[in-house]
Amino acid sequence: MSFLEIDDLKVHFPIRGGFFGRTLAHVKAVDGVSFSIEKGKTYGLVGESGSGKTTTGRAIIGLNKITSGRVTFEGKEITDLRRASKDLRRDIQMIFQDPYSSLNPKKRVIDIIAEPLRNYEKLSKAEETKRVQELLELVGLSPESILKYPHEFSGGQRQRIGIARAIALKPKLIIADEPVSALDVSVQAQVLNFMQEIQKELGLTYLFISHDLGVIKHMCDHIGIMYKGRHVESGTTKDIFENPQHIYTKRLVAAIPDINPRNRNEQLKFRQDVKQEYEQAFDQYFDDEGLAYPLQPVSDTHLVALPERG
Amino acid sequence: MSEPVLKINHLKTSFRIKDEYFAAVDDVSLTVNKNELLAIVGESGCGKSALAFSIMNLHTRAKIEGEITFKGQNLVNLSTAELNKLRGKNMGMIFQDPLTALNPLMIIGDQIGEILLIHNKNMAVNERKQRVVELLTKVGIPRPEHVYTQYPHELSGGMRQRVVIAMAIANNPELLIADEPTTALDVTIQSQILDLIKDLKEESHAGVILITHDLGVVAEMADRVAVMYAGQIVEIADVYTLFENPLHPYTRSLLNSVPTTNEEQSKLHVIQGVVPALQNLPREGCRFGPRIPWIKESAHEKNPVLHEVSPGHFVRCTCYKDFHFPHEDKEEKQHVIS
Repeated sequence: MSFLEIDDLKVHFPIRGGFFGRTLAHVKAVDGVSFSIEKGKTYGLVGESGSGKTTTGRAIIGLNKITSGRVTFEGKEITDLRRASKDLRRDIQMIFQDPYSSLNPKKRVIDIIAEPLRNYEKLSKAEETKRVQELLELVGLSPESILKYPHEFSGGQRQRIGIARAIALKPKLIIADEPVSALDVSVQAQVLNFMQEIQKELGLTYLFISHDLGVIKHMCDHIGIMYKGRHVESGTTKDIFENPQHIYTKRLVAAIPDINPRNRNEQLKFRQDVKQEYEQAFDQYFDDEGLAYPLQPVSDTHLVALPERG
Repeated sequence: MSEPVLKINHLKTSFRIKDEYFAAVDDVSLTVNKNELLAIVGESGCGKSALAFSIMNLHTRAKIEGEITFKGQNLVNLSTAELNKLRGKNMGMIFQDPLTALNPLMIIGDQIGEILLIHNKNMAVNERKQRVVELLTKVGIPRPEHVYTQYPHELSGGMRQRVVIAMAIANNPELLIADEPTTALDVTIQSQILDLIKDLKEESHAGVILITHDLGVVAEMADRVAVMYAGQIVEIADVYTLFENPLHPYTRSLLNSVPTTNEEQSKLHVIQGVVPALQNLPREGCRFGPRIPWIKESAHEKNPVLHEVSPGHFVRCTCYKDFHFPHEDKEEKQHVIS
């Protein structure tokens, strides 16, 4: 039994309109996604905007209503996390994308970080302050800053406050939704290093959502590529980067700029070849509606969405 | 090959904060040649966009000093009317966010047509329409006649950016400034837009200034690269030299902090501290010094200037000679909460 298992997850949003606001159709944001994460590992969810990667993350933690499918966490079903026991909820936390809008500007740092503690643990004021200071130190901020407000911090520091809040209850699983997209490269490095350190120290499992394949490769053990609400390919980091099978994955990999300027012409040629292949072979890789086929195993770890043969 | 399109000499752009002027761009000199793509790279707050806006004179309340020579004129001294004759005609700009750069109430055809009309009042209506369709085709928009009548909100982000590019190149400018043109876009769209900008440059032989924070984009696109930190150019070199033999500590730190897809890195380099706010910039000594405290004071120059270390390769300050990355064991160990 895996640590976290997602089985045929679907999240459909109704499109309302007409006279009485009837449901006219559905947007299938996530349409049959299955994957599992092992304890202590990092699973990367990659895709372009609108591919449903964020919705998947939010559905697991209960921020989006699940239309159908099952989510199992440590053997217990948590599909409806709102009704799940309180203990289960403290084990899953989230780091949000935008460090500017995910912290309440009217609250002091101590109140932001202590909020989960106040929900779950009965601590005295002194104990609480001590815990918050420890957490701040752990994320590399000075413990004296507990009385400051979010606007007094830079983007990277704010993201670390968000991380401190997420790890306050010592969760087992953290869903990180584009945790570094809003940050500069040097700050990004800081946050990524830090996330790896606390993963080792606290034995955390990450679901890492990002559109940046460089970051994903650096952080993840397993990767799932999403397109229009479905997985097109999933496998180990090596499978995806060294042996991409699906044309969409190839296209994503080809689009990453190479850091070595000497490779630039090869890279351009590679990109053009893949683009041509993408245009020609689109019908072979996607069904009549332009959606991905169900995943088929090509090796023990590597799954690709290909039409059934024969 | 080196026929300069734009020459910037000792440019200083200052903003007023509480009755005091602070230079966001401080003594920047550079040239952009014909058919050359110069990338300006740095983190947010280093002054790269302020520099681009100074060239186009788009700042409303800034004090600009120095010389920006373009077509034999010093842009700093020109009146708005004189500038308007150049902007959109001889120099074009591609903005970061394609949605806010377009007028939401005007159809695409009229927006692009407006630029043609302003600089050529005698152009016939038919001719103008034809030229707009031609431009839309050139930037790779499918069904240009249809898009002509559409509003910006009907287009995707990538298509909108193509429209912005069509506007920038409408009058075949000699100088094109692209300010983070792909930051708001997905990777696959990003590569398409970058390839388009490159093709357009090859075709028109314009000089291009590409402003970006993404070193991967720089490696793919640039002929020459200027690295900016705290309002100054800290290193400038051709793209191969910069990536193979980076010298300035800031350049080297930046390169080491990017996670790339083609090599294994166990740990990314972290630059200590933060880019200082405009009011707190150190005005004396090496501006990057406070962020590399393990390098001794005497390694820095008192008033750092650009040194030419090899032809065309300039580095600011002498601290690059003594620079090394801190050893792993020097890092503080953080304890875990029990």
